[in-house]
Amino acid sequence: MLSLAAHQGASVAEKITKDCPLAIRGLTVSYGQKPAVFSVDMTVQPGAMTAIIGPNGAGKSTLLKAALGIVSPLSGQVSVFGEPLEKQRARIAYVPQRASVDWDFPTRVIDVVLMGLSRELGLLGRVRARHMSRAMDCLNRVGMRDFADRQIGQLSGGQQQRVFLARALAQDADLYLLDEPFAGVDAATEKAIIAVLKSLKEAGRTVVVVHHDLATVTDYFDHVFLINTRKVAEGTVAEAFTAETLQSAYGGRLATAQIDQISRALG
Amino acid sequence: MLWDALTLQLGYNATLVAIGATLLGISAGVTGTFLFLRKRALVSDAISHATLPGVCLGFMVLVALGGDGRNLIGLLAGSAVSAWVGLLCMNWLTRHTRLAEDAAIGAILSVFFGLGIVLLTVIQTMGVGRQAGLEGFLLGSTAGMLWADALVIAIGGAATLLLVMIIRRPMTMVAFDPEYAAARGLPVHRIDLAMMGLVMAVTVVGLKIVGLILIVALLIIPPVTARFWTDRSDRVVLLAGLAGGLAGYLGAAMSASAPNLPTGPIIVLVSFGFFALSLLLAPVRGVLAAILRQLRFQRRVHIRQGLLALAQGQKIYEPLTLRLLRRTGLARADGVATDTGKARAAKALRDEKRWEIVRADQMQEATAALYDGLRDIETVLTHDQIAEIDRQIGGPQEVPA
Repeated sequence: MLSLAAHQGASVAEKITKDCPLAIRGLTVSYGQKPAVFSVDMTVQPGAMTAIIGPNGAGKSTLLKAALGIVSPLSGQVSVFGEPLEKQRARIAYVPQRASVDWDFPTRVIDVVLMGLSRELGLLGRVRARHMSRAMDCLNRVGMRDFADRQIGQLSGGQQQRVFLARALAQDADLYLLDEPFAGVDAATEKAIIAVLKSLKEAGRTVVVVHHDLATVTDYFDHVFLINTRKVAEGTVAEAFTAETLQSAYGGRLATAQIDQISRALG
Repeated sequence: MLWDALTLQLGYNATLVAIGATLLGISAGVTGTFLFLRKRALVSDAISHATLPGVCLGFMVLVALGGDGRNLIGLLAGSAVSAWVGLLCMNWLTRHTRLAEDAAIGAILSVFFGLGIVLLTVIQTMGVGRQAGLEGFLLGSTAGMLWADALVIAIGGAATLLLVMIIRRPMTMVAFDPEYAAARGLPVHRIDLAMMGLVMAVTVVGLKIVGLILIVALLIIPPVTARFWTDRSDRVVLLAGLAGGLAGYLGAAMSASAPNLPTGPIIVLVSFGFFALSLLLAPVRGVLAAILRQLRFQRRVHIRQGLLALAQGQKIYEPLTLRLLRRTGLARADGVATDTGKARAAKALRDEKRWEIVRADQMQEATAALYDGLRDIETVLTHDQIAEIDRQIGGPQEVPA
């Protein structure tokens, strides 16, 4: 309870500015009577690549969905670039979990990417050459240009994931939120995705990724947010990704050997 | 007789019915596609059954007000109100209770239909009720269709079609990936309601022709039929409209060509005919295509296995393999490889070794993922890459005779 009070005190004192891509204060989300995320504060650093990590069922995806207003929280505030979510929605791109859609849906790769341009296209606007070339450009960035006319069901898991990323790229957003983009993809896809994410970071965009592979955290990310229903740690990889924080987030679920391995990797 | 019907020469009523049924078929097929893509096809069944109490109450109100109880617009307005109430009840049940949608559909459908039948019975006992012909709304009755009725159907169908075209993009986005749609700020819940409202409009408009029990067929069968022929949602929409319109037209003409053939059920059967043809004959997703594909695949597997066996000097016992090798000129009747067979066998074995190298190489994971035991290695690697692999595994070896 003490630490909770401290967080709330901090949130009042701290001014959320326009620079802060995503600030979450006192967020609680519950499915039924059991909170999936409880009283969580999160402050995403601009231009950073942040990993949200934690054990299965720790509320990682729920946190992301609540930040996007896909699930409605019991309490708490979300601000995006210093304003309420609705005002800044156009600046966020979301990459949902691949398994969340039916891949037998009758649509082509290029049509999925064009969904990223739905705001520009509006209800009745025609898909013009400039829209097409932008969509193709995004496919090119994820190495899927040759697949534009394929039905999405013909793609491998990794290719599907890259198409989802291309759709998000088409939005040309300032804040990218990705839910487990590396889950069940091949090594080539993982490499392609991380290269794109790093290029986004270099272009000054902010990237937040729900991540499950502890072994790659130090390679891929510069900031870490550890969660197990409650916030466990937040900060740079050096600050927040330590043997102690992992132990406290994962408890008995993480083998001691794994923790040793990670702390060795951290030096 | 059928020809006269098809060329709209069977008289005024038959022509009105045919035009009405065609328009209804188009708008039902197009609207139903979005319900089908959203995987909520059966919702339409609940909506349609929920129209019955409204039809009856509409009749009672019209009579009580001293008007003509059979006024189509009045009855359709009543049916729309009760269908909308049913729709909201169903939505509430699925969103705010633990009931799954199928259970909610069952509950709404039966309760509203039951209530409607009770009201229908009450109306039959009323003096004015007997000649009302309300039971015609169950399965449709086109015999006494008026110009005004046809106009209502035409305007209603066209308006629905127009609205569907306006919100087709958000509906498609919500159907494919509701979470992404929500993240983009689309009001998913309201788009769903709008979609079901449009389905309700089609249902209400179609009551006179096909009736509330069978309208579900016009909403669902055309998109399912269209899905067999294309992998693009925009084309599913167009083809479903086409299949629905054609079924409406042909069905109406056929029922007009002989006495006592019910219009609605015939339209549904024609629609089913299109579905059955598509199921069998569609080029990629059809049943015959799938069987042929499987047979061709089996053939390739057998030939490949046979070649590998020949290359390693093993005896082939499988009769199908032997037959295929013989027919393709790769082996003689006694199972001994021909010259072509020897060459192909050596190549097959060599490809296996090459694949082994590729699959062991971490750097070539993407290529290795294409391995299925059948693919020719030239289709995935360049000549230079193959030459590099061959350098690793040494020169070709003789196939044992």
